[in-house]
Order: sequence, then C-alpha cells, then structure tokens
Amino acid sequence: MRSGSVPVHEPTAVDLDRLATYPHVVVSWIDDDGYPTSVATSFETEATAGAVALAAPAELPIPTDRELSVMGSHIRPQPGIGYDERRYLQLWGRATADATFTPTQAWGWDETEVLFFEYSERSVPQSRRYLAALSREKGRTIRPRLSLFWLALRTTRLPFLTATAVPVLLGIAVAASHGAFTWWTALLTLIGGSFAHLAINVTNAIFDTLSGADDANTTPTMFSGGSRVVIYDLLTIRGLTWVALGLFGAAAVIGLLLVAVTGSMTLLWIGVAGIFVGVAYTAPPLKLVYRGLGEFAVALGFGPIMLLGAYVVQTGRLALEPLVVSLTIGILVALILFVNEIPDRRGDAAAGKRTLPVRFSPMAVQTGYLVAAVVALALIAVGVGVGLLPWPTLIALLGLPLAYRVYGGLKVNYDSPYTLMAVMGRNVNLTLAVGGLLLVAYVATLVWSALRP
Amino acid sequence: MGWLPDPVEALLEVALVGELTVIGRDGRPITHPLIPLYDGEKIYLHSSTLFSKKLEHIKRDPHVALALTDPVAMKGNPDRATIGGTARVIEDDPHTDWERLILGLWRKKEPAIDDFLKARVALPLFFERAVIEITPERCLYWADGRTDRAPVATNAPRAEAA
Repeated sequence: MRSGSVPVHEPTAVDLDRLATYPHVVVSWIDDDGYPTSVATSFETEATAGAVALAAPAELPIPTDRELSVMGSHIRPQPGIGYDERRYLQLWGRATADATFTPTQAWGWDETEVLFFEYSERSVPQSRRYLAALSREKGRTIRPRLSLFWLALRTTRLPFLTATAVPVLLGIAVAASHGAFTWWTALLTLIGGSFAHLAINVTNAIFDTLSGADDANTTPTMFSGGSRVVIYDLLTIRGLTWVALGLFGAAAVIGLLLVAVTGSMTLLWIGVAGIFVGVAYTAPPLKLVYRGLGEFAVALGFGPIMLLGAYVVQTGRLALEPLVVSLTIGILVALILFVNEIPDRRGDAAAGKRTLPVRFSPMAVQTGYLVAAVVALALIAVGVGVGLLPWPTLIALLGLPLAYRVYGGLKVNYDSPYTLMAVMGRNVNLTLAVGGLLLVAYVATLVWSALRP
Repeated sequence: MGWLPDPVEALLEVALVGELTVIGRDGRPITHPLIPLYDGEKIYLHSSTLFSKKLEHIKRDPHVALALTDPVAMKGNPDRATIGGTARVIEDDPHTDWERLILGLWRKKEPAIDDFLKARVALPLFFERAVIEITPERCLYWADGRTDRAPVATNAPRAEAA
C-alpha cells in the first residue's frame, strides 16, 4: 500500500522518497508530563537503510525510549481563497541516540492521488460510528441533517427529471402535430410522469442500498453513485419506502385519472408496463440492471413508454411516428445511464451488479456508445427518408458532433470518475439538445401547417 | 485574555495549517494537519465527523500540542512555535454548533468556505463538524524557526502559579 492512499501500512522506500520531498518534518512524542511535544527539524532520508537522520533540536532531546511520530506536511496557499495541494505523510517508529529514526508504520494522503471526494466517501463509516457513539453518550439520536429542500432534491434525484420531460413533451408535440392537444391533460401527463420517475429513482435507491452497490462505490459523482441518503444516515430505508410509496401513489392517481378521461385501456397498460419496468430495474427477482439489461429497461421506459404514453393521452391511439421518435430518445436516455455506470463499475462489480461497463472492456464500451448514439440519430434520418417524420426533424442530426465529443471524452477520462463528470454532463446535454431540436422541429411543423394556405 | 507571546499570536493569526498532535488509543502521538483559528484567548480547530478519530482520541486524553512550523502556510513568517494545552470537543449539535462558534474565524482564513457551504448538499457529512477548543497551557517559541537554538518557553499564568 503506497502512502498516496489512506490506510496505515508498513513503510517502503517509496514512502521515504516521498518524505524527502518535504522541506522539514515535525517530530512528536509524548513527554513525561503526558503532553504531546512537537518540534520541526531538518532531516535526510536514507532510503536504502530504511531510516531518517533527524537534526537534533537544541535543548529538546528526541527521546529514544518511546515511539515518535515524524510528519511531512504540505499545502499551497491561495491568497483570498484558502489553500490546495494538500498532502501529508506520517511515519511512526523509534529513534536512536544519534537521532536516527527507523519507521515501522506509515500513513498519508495526497489529494492529487486520492481526491478529497473519494477520501471523504471512504470515511463515511467512521462518521456513522462516531455519530452512533455520540448518540449513546448524549442519550439522544444525533444524525446528519439537510434542509428539507436539499434532502428532497437529493433523495429523489430531482435534476434527472429532464429525462422524463424530454419524451413527454415530445409525445405531446407529435400528438399536437397530428391535431390532438389538450393543455390540462398534457400538464397532468408531465406531472404524473415526473412522479413515476421520482418514485422509481427512490425505489432504485432502496434496492441499491440493500444490495450494497451504493455502499461499495467510493467514487460517486453528481451523476452517478445513487442518492446515498441512507448511507449518509440522512434517511432510513423505512423513510425512503414511504417516500417511494407516496410518489407511486401520486403517479397512480394521476395515471388512473388520465385513463378515466381518455377511456384508453392502452394507456393503462402502458402505465402498468412503466411501473413494472421501473421497479424491476433494481428490485428482485428480475434486477434487470444487475443482469446487464438496465440500458434496455431505461430505453423502453424513457422511450416508448413515456413518449407513446404521452401521445396516447392526447390521441387515444398508438402510431408509428411517435414510436420512431421514442426509440431515438429512449436510446439517448439509456446512454446517459450507460455513461454514468462507467465510474460506478468497480463498486457495482463488487456488489454483483453486472452492468454493461462491468461486463465489457473500455474500448467496447466506448465504441458501443458511439454506435448507439449514431443509430439513435440515424433513426430520425430513416424516419424522414421513409416519410414517417417531418423533414424539419433532420435538425436533430446537429447532435452528432456532441455525441462524438462525448465519445472522445470517454476515451480520455474513462478511468477518472471526477474528470469524467464533465463528459457525463455533456452526455446529458446531448439528450437535451436532440430532444430540444426535435421539439423545435415539431413546433415549426405546427406553425408551418397553421400558416400554409 | 490570552497570555501567548505576541510572535506566537501573530503566527496563529495567519496560519493556514498547523500540526495538531493528539494521543492515540495505544498512547502514541498522532499528528493531523488542520487549520487553526484563534480568538485571542483560545485556539479552535474543527473536524468533520468523517475524519473524527482525532476527536475520539481527544475525548479519551485531552492533552494536545499544536505546532506551527511551515513558513509557506504562514505568509512567509519563518518563526515556529508549539503550543501545549488541554482540548475540549464541542459536539452537542455537529450540524450547527460549529457555524455559530467558528465560521466567522474560518471564513477570514479560507473565504472559499462560503462557496463550499452553498454546495452542502453535495457533501453533507463534511459539514457535520465538531469544534476542538484548546486552552493553551505552555508554549515553545523559536524565532526565525531556528530549532537548532533553544526555544523560549512560556507557561500560562495559572499553570505557572500551580
């Protein structure tokens, strides 16, 4: 174990080479009064001998009958901000009368090697132990807190609602281009679809927590690694379950209302299929994402189910045109999951969650991404070519360069969860851009139809 | 008010990092780099519950030492000091106590903390914190950081009387 990582380990020549990069060390011991004493001093490492020659401080003899700590520490001040480039290395051992120190244990941290966020995630169990002990000591429960707003946002992963807004709005737009539009059922569809999506997010958090997949992941990002509200002890599994049930209930009420208004049994079955796929995504016995079928489930849920569902609410029937558009959007939303699974793959593998990035090589994942993105956009071109889609939808092909940039970013940042965040953000933007362009195309089609003599 | 020598107070005012040494479970010294804050009397450090082993050590044995050694972390001031004292962990409410007690002092040294606080949702446990309040009892001071020369030793008035 090298000192760039956190755990205590037996010191190696690498540790002594690292220590040599510090301009001075702080030597500490416990004095006869029971107080720690520390003094800075210069030093020379003797890597081959596994020792450190300390310069003896004046009138403060380094003891030879007890254990010493020898630490090198570094920061880079950032005036007006604070500091960065934190690193330290601590060695324990004993010294001889000539102040030669022989270390027997080491630990350290270098934020360029283990980023602060990862260091923090690895330390979550310590926080839980500490707060549990504090609760026992104080005789009351002391837990971490967040304001209700931020807790709700984190628990439901609210920002991911764009993945629902895009297909629902497109389904409504395609229906409008076919002459069917009722504003209040459109609004209810958006709200109901959002509740269903949030309920599924919370359900997935429950099962990913219970399976240990989120716990095993020490490199979560804003796009990946789950909501972690149970791991952080912000909520309990029971609390999450009530949240999920509440959201499912709200979605069901709105869904049944829409079924009643439209009288469409097709809509009922679409809704049932949506909830089934969403829950089966992580819930046993199917656990689709654990079997490498997560992308398929997401493509189905955020493609045909969401988009065709929104179309059916307006028109009362199924059609081929919204199906083609839904396949494009479904594939793109599935690609959001696909990319977001890349930084999670080690934790997922440890928890038996065999997602596609766990199963396939980096090159296969990168190539697979590009092929899928091209297929998603090619479907639009084919749809226009066979006369199913209006020609303005070709504008969605402007998303191709963005898809290629994501592909390039994956190649460079595949093994770095935190630099991959920008790529994950760009990938979300691809879905928003293509969805937005398709929406613009349908609005343009509507306007053109209205103005046409 | 405080009794620490003026040059040591000057170090505390600017130090971005000091080395806090606590006594571990097995009785050996464990050193942690931390940002020290000073109100003219007591020294305050603080720790997230994520990195709270030091708090457990202090609660078991409150004797601590804070070394100020790195000129880079002290705006180029080459002086050095080690302050020994007794620490108390303030942890009644790790969610809010620290904001009330030390956020103002922390902000002065690390203004970026306000930006981190706005993003509290991203790393909620980092902002569950305990405050370590050190009552200084003795001090070693090395002018120009020359530890090859004898330090100037000073004790707290009460400790001296005792």
